[in-house]
Amino acid sequence: MSPAASAPPLISLRDAGARFGPTVALRDVSFTVHRGERLAVVGANGSGKSTLLRLLHGLQAAQGERELHAPAGAARPVLAMLFQRPFLLSVSVRWNVLIALWLRGVPRREREARCRDALARVGLLAMAPRQARELSGGQQQRLALARAWALRPDVLLLDEPTASLDPSAKREVESLIDEVACDGTTLVMATHNLGQAKRLASRVLYLDAGRLAADMPVKDFFDPATNHAASLFLKGELPWT
Amino acid sequence: MTDIADSLRLAFDLLLRGDTELLGIVALSLRVSLSACLIGAIVGLLAGAALAATRFPGHGVLVWAVNTLLALPSVVVGLLVYLLLSRSGPLGSWGILFTPTAMVVAQSILVVPLIAALTRRLVLDGLREGGDQLRSMGAGDMTAALLMLLHERLGGVTILLTAFGRAVAEVGAVMVVGGNIAGVTRVMTTAIALETTKGDLPLALALGLVLLGVVGVINALIGLIQPRRGGVVQQAFA
Repeated sequence: MSPAASAPPLISLRDAGARFGPTVALRDVSFTVHRGERLAVVGANGSGKSTLLRLLHGLQAAQGERELHAPAGAARPVLAMLFQRPFLLSVSVRWNVLIALWLRGVPRREREARCRDALARVGLLAMAPRQARELSGGQQQRLALARAWALRPDVLLLDEPTASLDPSAKREVESLIDEVACDGTTLVMATHNLGQAKRLASRVLYLDAGRLAADMPVKDFFDPATNHAASLFLKGELPWT
Repeated sequence: MTDIADSLRLAFDLLLRGDTELLGIVALSLRVSLSACLIGAIVGLLAGAALAATRFPGHGVLVWAVNTLLALPSVVVGLLVYLLLSRSGPLGSWGILFTPTAMVVAQSILVVPLIAALTRRLVLDGLREGGDQLRSMGAGDMTAALLMLLHERLGGVTILLTAFGRAVAEVGAVMVVGGNIAGVTRVMTTAIALETTKGDLPLALALGLVLLGVVGVINALIGLIQPRRGGVVQQAFA
């Protein structure tokens, strides 16, 4: 039972699966994301972490059932996703955020203020007129985070958001992700970095060869005294296959 | 060697003298080919983006057809447009055969597949990199493709320059549907063909050099504009 399990649900998967040709990437995955949770999805390479995030977001055709639960006063929860390598349009920093707001149907009069707020929060306001593609890797990921943040998502999906960053940029982005979560945004984050999962998550999902092998509070997951499906993975004793 | 030196001298002489007939021919060439590229750009960019972003029954056949039409001989386009516009053809009542309008129609047909096929490839490659991100932000298939065109606009300009090069340098279509009438439908390429058949090789070569020079100047102008890109397109979202 996760700590936030009593909170309202946002996304539920029931017996969900995904396949790429003959390869089964995910099978029979069932769980619910609740408001305010911080989920870390961990597992070896190819275990289906990215596919699971894409499936939660609706970017991936899937078998089984995916249900979005509307928060009070909304038709459906707002989802945003941060990719490992952020894709930024080759326009200015400011326009990258404004275009995202335009795509989400945010009224024109609100766009400018939301854009400024989001850029200010990630420390990029001074760079608003710069070409987005000229930013450093860390700054690009911060801009991608600002772009997602500006949408005020109910759920932020993060696919290895710091995997391609140097240690200092990694710390910056991680603390911004923490701020987003403290604002009340629900996080679902795929990560290879177990330390990051420990620092940021409240609940851990462990995927093994496309199956959800463990789903437990972060404290239990990393407790050496608890024996569970991911114990071998945590000790680094699982074979690569 | 003498012919080449003579024609170079003649080309400079014609340009410096501001020969009115030559300037008229150059102006008509530019007007016809730029108009065709404008029409081709509107149709071809949209068609290319749609072919990259959407799937529908017959999509594969259409992609195959567009790619095949990349090799469309200009004289065949001229012949088809001639058959359409000739007095006995289905569009004969328009009465535009042997006018610059007919030449624009023919060159538009020539460049649309080129622009569509290259745009499709450009947008497909872009979507492979950023399509998921754009869809994640709520862009539909066609919106994502058009945003990718905005993203890859330098590639788009190169495609349009390629199309302009093909249009301004072709002779088959404009010869058949324009008729090379002096002062009315004579463009640089038909003038070159005419001077060659008359045996005035230096003049033909001089006209060829002028044609190359005009295209070179247009390329250079676009090269100068490109560093200041973005300002205009971004207004669309303001």
